[in-house]
Amino acid sequence: MNDAGQLADGIRTVLREHARLAIDPDGLDDQADLYQAGLTSHASVNLMLALEDRFEIEFPERMLRRGAFSSIAAIRSAIEELTGVDA
Amino acid sequence: MTAVTGRDLATLAQKIGAEVVAAAADRVDRDARFPAEAFAALRAERFLAAMVPEEFGGGGHSLSEIATVCQTLGRYCASTGMIYAMHQIQVACLIRHSRTSPFFQRFLHRLAEQELLLGSATTELGIGGDVRTSLCAVERQGDRFRLTKQAPVISYGLESDAILVTARRASDAASSDQVIVLLNKDDYRLTQTSGWDALGMRGTCSLGFTLEAEASVDQIVPQPYGEISSHTMLPTSHLLWASLWLGIASDAVARGRAFVRAEARRKPGTVPPSATRLADVVADLHAMRATVHNGLAEYERVMHDGDELSSLGFALRMNNIKVLASRAVADIVTAALGVTGIAGYKADSKFSLGRHLRDAHGASLMIANDRILAANAAMLLVQKDD
Repeated sequence: MNDAGQLADGIRTVLREHARLAIDPDGLDDQADLYQAGLTSHASVNLMLALEDRFEIEFPERMLRRGAFSSIAAIRSAIEELTGVDA
Repeated sequence: MTAVTGRDLATLAQKIGAEVVAAAADRVDRDARFPAEAFAALRAERFLAAMVPEEFGGGGHSLSEIATVCQTLGRYCASTGMIYAMHQIQVACLIRHSRTSPFFQRFLHRLAEQELLLGSATTELGIGGDVRTSLCAVERQGDRFRLTKQAPVISYGLESDAILVTARRASDAASSDQVIVLLNKDDYRLTQTSGWDALGMRGTCSLGFTLEAEASVDQIVPQPYGEISSHTMLPTSHLLWASLWLGIASDAVARGRAFVRAEARRKPGTVPPSATRLADVVADLHAMRATVHNGLAEYERVMHDGDELSSLGFALRMNNIKVLASRAVADIVTAALGVTGIAGYKADSKFSLGRHLRDAHGASLMIANDRILAANAAMLLVQKDD
């Protein structure tokens, strides 16, 4: 499995534990809208915190936007930017 | 038709406020009834469509200009100011999020032509007060849908010409996957479930209802409610409510000033003791006004920047305006009562502050400050700076 695939799996694990979605993240496409999948604004804060913890990053102010956490793909590109991983 | 400038609108609001709204305010409060005289006058001068863009036949006024109207109406009757604010919040959502749809373009024309009054049903029994989740759902059948909502509050629901209602996108959608639908009076039936005999804001007629509706799927606003809420409904609500509270506070302070002037005239050459209290409360009023005006300026600056509007920092700052203004209005009216003394405590005096005080205490309870601060506390866990 490549880095991007592992990253997406890690994100799915965090989603399963903290995002309180209406459906299992394994059944979610990378581009699927997480807000439509049941992500509430309250849960999105928990999701941000859990992602910061798991990937040892800090989302800067400019990334604290609804759009940055709207899909697995969006979260992956934010993490890649912060960790310098080239997908 | 000649265009009405913002200044003209403010002057006209002042005239309607002083001549019509003020005259009915005590009766509206006593009987907890809809301020019908005020809205007849506002309709006659086309105030309900004041923010609808001119291309749809409206007045094309800015949010700041509408906020000034809310403040002016709030001075004379807080319930009138609140109903006007709530109507304009719905208008703001439609003009910013539904204009691409032919149905809504036609509706905006009709709103402007007939001066329709828009109500709102966002709260629901069983959601624990979190308006960003719904239990009820849009149940589609072909190009029609059905919707039944247990609404603990639909302010002025019986007087509304149309109501915007939040619901889940479909029967199998998650509770946070919401849409907002526009229902015309012919589309729904309201069955009253609770009354509104409240401490203040009595004229808002915030009754509870079971709403049962059937309508066309064209009436579903195309953009997701989550976006409408963060980009428009929340900031507009906080800013327009804060503006009408500023009106309540301004009038309370004006009564305090009138009282101090009368005292000073009785004993020329001395500064009455109440004048020092007045100086104190005027400083608080100026701070409140700065908070509200600063918030309006910020929102108008970033109104078309979707990225900024969906940021945590923006949500925090707008929430803080609500919290600060709602605290300020109760504190200022209480302090104004300290200025007038017993003259303001009496109900039959021209300095009376009883209605102001009761109305002001609704501010921290409507969209409860505790809930807003809890949301802010959660956002601050990830927010890095301001």
